[in-house]
Amino acid sequence: MDRTTIIDIAKLARIKVSEDETENLANELTNIFDWIEQLNEVDTDNVNPMTSVIDMVMPSRVDEVNDGNDAERVLQNAPDRPNDGRNFYTVPKVIE
Amino acid sequence: MSYTLEGETGEWEVVIGLEVHAQIMSKAKLFSGAATEFGAAPNTQVSLVDAAMPGMLPVINKICIEQAVRTGLGLNAKINLHSVFERKNYFYADLPQGYQISQFQEPIVGEGVVTLDMPEGPRKIGLERLHMEQDAGKSLHDQDPKMTFIDLNRSGVALMEIVSKPDLRSPEEAGEYVRKLRAILRYLGTCDGNMEQGSLRCDANVSVRPFGETTLRTRTEIKNINSVRFVMAAIEHEARRQIDIYEDDGEITQETRLYDADKDETRSMRSKEEAHDYRYFPDPDLLPIILNQEFVDDIKATLPELPDTKKSRFISDFGLSVDDATTLIADVDVADFFESVAKFSEPKLAANWVVHELFAILNRDGLSILESPVSSENLGKLVGLIADNTISGRIAKDVFEVMVNGGGDPANIIEDKGLKQITDTDEIEKMIDELIEANPEQTQQYKDGNLKVAGWFVGQMMKASSGKANPQIVNMLLQKKLS
Amino acid sequence: MINLNNLTLTEAREGLSKGDYTSIELTKAHINAIEAARDLNSFITETPEVALERAAASDVRRASGNALGSMDGIPIAVKDLFCTEGVQTTAGSHILEGFTPPYESSVTQNLRDAGAVMLGKTNMDEFAMGSANITSYFGAVKNPWSIDDGKDRVPGGSSGGSAAAVSGHLAIAATGSDTGGSIRQPASFAGIVGMKPTYGRCSRWGMVAFASSLDQAGPMTRTVQDAAIMLRFMAGYDEKDSTSVNQTIPDFEAAMTGNVKGLRVGIPNEYRLDGLSGEVDKLWMQGVNVLKEAGAELIEISLPHTKYALPTYYIVAPAEASSNLARYDGVRYGLRIPGDSLDEMYENTRGAGFGEEVRRRIMIGTYVLSAGYYDAYYVKAMKLRTLILEEFQRAFESVDVMLTPTTPSAAFAIGERMDDPIQMYLNDVFTVPASLAGLPAISVPAGLSEEGLPLGLHLITKPFDEETLFRVGGVLEAAVKFEAKPRFLRGLA
Repeated sequence: MDRTTIIDIAKLARIKVSEDETENLANELTNIFDWIEQLNEVDTDNVNPMTSVIDMVMPSRVDEVNDGNDAERVLQNAPDRPNDGRNFYTVPKVIE
Repeated sequence: MSYTLEGETGEWEVVIGLEVHAQIMSKAKLFSGAATEFGAAPNTQVSLVDAAMPGMLPVINKICIEQAVRTGLGLNAKINLHSVFERKNYFYADLPQGYQISQFQEPIVGEGVVTLDMPEGPRKIGLERLHMEQDAGKSLHDQDPKMTFIDLNRSGVALMEIVSKPDLRSPEEAGEYVRKLRAILRYLGTCDGNMEQGSLRCDANVSVRPFGETTLRTRTEIKNINSVRFVMAAIEHEARRQIDIYEDDGEITQETRLYDADKDETRSMRSKEEAHDYRYFPDPDLLPIILNQEFVDDIKATLPELPDTKKSRFISDFGLSVDDATTLIADVDVADFFESVAKFSEPKLAANWVVHELFAILNRDGLSILESPVSSENLGKLVGLIADNTISGRIAKDVFEVMVNGGGDPANIIEDKGLKQITDTDEIEKMIDELIEANPEQTQQYKDGNLKVAGWFVGQMMKASSGKANPQIVNMLLQKKLS
Repeated sequence: MINLNNLTLTEAREGLSKGDYTSIELTKAHINAIEAARDLNSFITETPEVALERAAASDVRRASGNALGSMDGIPIAVKDLFCTEGVQTTAGSHILEGFTPPYESSVTQNLRDAGAVMLGKTNMDEFAMGSANITSYFGAVKNPWSIDDGKDRVPGGSSGGSAAAVSGHLAIAATGSDTGGSIRQPASFAGIVGMKPTYGRCSRWGMVAFASSLDQAGPMTRTVQDAAIMLRFMAGYDEKDSTSVNQTIPDFEAAMTGNVKGLRVGIPNEYRLDGLSGEVDKLWMQGVNVLKEAGAELIEISLPHTKYALPTYYIVAPAEASSNLARYDGVRYGLRIPGDSLDEMYENTRGAGFGEEVRRRIMIGTYVLSAGYYDAYYVKAMKLRTLILEEFQRAFESVDVMLTPTTPSAAFAIGERMDDPIQMYLNDVFTVPASLAGLPAISVPAGLSEEGLPLGLHLITKPFDEETLFRVGGVLEAAVKFEAKPRFLRGLA
């Protein structure tokens, strides 16, 4: 786990990590992954990965409209909204 | 006889795979109870789940599972009784959760086949898979100089992603594939196929290779094409672009591109350029979808008649021409309309009237069949009146025009305007006699050998009878009397 | 004169019903206690007005003969992980500071519907990641328990604020959440009862998600009976949560018959770690004897993959968290730090909004799910999870319940165990296996360490058999007679 990997992961996770921090993080994560390595002691060739602790059929909902229709409810906590009061979220302009 | 593109160094083949995103017809979204209607005011069809508020959880809309299975069956595909929802993780402004709930390793539908009617003959195009996934919201980049506005109405709407194998070999085939797929989905009632509103969108994977080469070269992906015409144009353009690069000794980069219809060119999508590691893993908020065979069989039993079967039936049972049958089955609404017309009358004649007379009006006025000014019932009645000789084909066209402009039952129109065909031979004979007597010159011309003048007599007969004399009887009696 | 701050839930229920005092009086006493105890930093948001409103409503109901049941009028604290309508919910994080949900979590709604009175939102490790409540953006929580060495002790985590509130008599009971031990471990450190129900027993709707396949809400109380009462109201099927199980809710309180004759109690060998402290081992054996004397049969069992549970957990939980926390991006709620581009805004916001531990775990999670590592880590961990679950299932064919220590040590000082994250992770070594298997488990205060700090004993049982936990827990509790009180309550600094 080296600094380049840390920078790549931080990018994937969209978390800003400063130069100095990358060194520390690299060390910490290396330690943690060294510790996790012990899982390789276990032979899991014929084991199925767990899908769920729950043993039941997935519940489903009926196809009916019973939600939404309240823009204010979902917008009220937004840190930034259009100046003209229109019901949108805003983000820095994206060029596609 | 394959499609090839002429390059400087020789002939090139184009290899195309299409990924079609089809919005599932359902009232509510895939995992929430918000509505899915097109065109609603911004952020009014967004539940807390769709807005990815803290602590929110997905619950699957069962109709979406049924629609996906129905679609799989309609595409002759394998239904996977065990499938899993996985999270596709990436960051984008229109993706509130920071992941899309999709299916990766275990989709609900496996391999299938779509058959295309190409001029050279039927072409079977393989399908790789079909899976369910959430749609993303909409970004509006032109509302503000500095900010992009986000509308989450579409976020969470249920989509089926239908992936073809790279079996398509020309822009025409690609266009026909989209048309056929769209028709099947509309027949099944699982997607309305409205490309302008975005309920059907296409991504095209395009690569080229020298004709005869069998390995696949690097492909590019052209995203979000929203019309059949653009699908074909985009593919053609992209194929050309790649050929030019290869012939210039260049390399093709695997990348995502957008088709610009105004400029008729594809360009690289800079924002999606970086490698995406989606880190798929099974969604821990959901359980695997486990279906039993009975559930699938029940759906299979209720499948409607699909285009290919309907076409065969139109040809064998109704005696329609291949061309007419092909035209009539292309869209489910047209097929239904036609069958309704045919029910009241005679199928071949009905086909003729729908394909020629009715379509001419619809095209002229830019109407869809559902907006037809003439109902199928009334058109059926009109055709029936021709079939039983109540009116002639000529008169029928006049009646039809009245119907187009004001609707109405043809029987009433005929009655009101006294347009019933004259089929009484005595009456016609009498009129012919009067005509012959009044026109000795033309009568003599006929007797002298100018057979063409019979046409003039027919014209005069039509005038005299206001078009109502039955043409077959007129012809027969004229011949008898003039000779 | 009844000291209104020294009542258990069971006692308060009776007092209210007899009219010895009103809910308003009870609530005011706790509001005062909270004010006086701000030094513990156990609350992020105090809600005295809401509390008094709900207390008043409770009294009105009771006066007209319409009391709602055991929880009606009882002042409780709510971990700040539960979204509470109209009340700030932060999950201990800067990135959610100021977030006011327009909705209430299902569990806290259940408690509201039962008439419970919310005193406030308790402090917690950020996004429930931690076992000492030192990762909170809002500062560390002090354990009401301390010894005369001038150092503050951690209350455990992540439900440290709830543990401190209950232990310090600031609330009669509190809700907590447990993902790898976040209810049970702080309960052990703070000398109270903490219970994690079977996965699926309580709804997760409206709980800020950390690790979806592990998170569970549960009660933190001063007695086992209190926990039995409270769980009944917290639990319940919720159709808004696809992992909620439709199981009838038994009368957990009635299950506390006091009888464990013939009960088969398993003692897992592998929990006897190398270097397990003598005092913890001693306590464990005391627990064994208590149950033996009560007529239970003690059986040694083997759970061979126990030692792999922690590293397995530290793949699965961060993986799920890395995905669950992707929604904290500054767009729809919470903190936003501007940026010139969308990605810059994301990076700035998340960089400033998340603390070190959260960042660490998101990065671990991102890594173990990434291309090339998914099979080696995530799939491997999920296979280990299967093995761990299966060996529990096999063991439960021959035992009814298992007894282990809750924590490998008593509460350490704030500032200790900071050199290496793994040191901190080891706090959960006994609690994590039950989490991975989705099994119900409870921690009951069982004694004091040599230094005089609490230690708990831990019981694990089969899915949906919480009744057995309450029954056995009650017997243990009665035999152990843990009556020690934290220095904080004795008015000592």
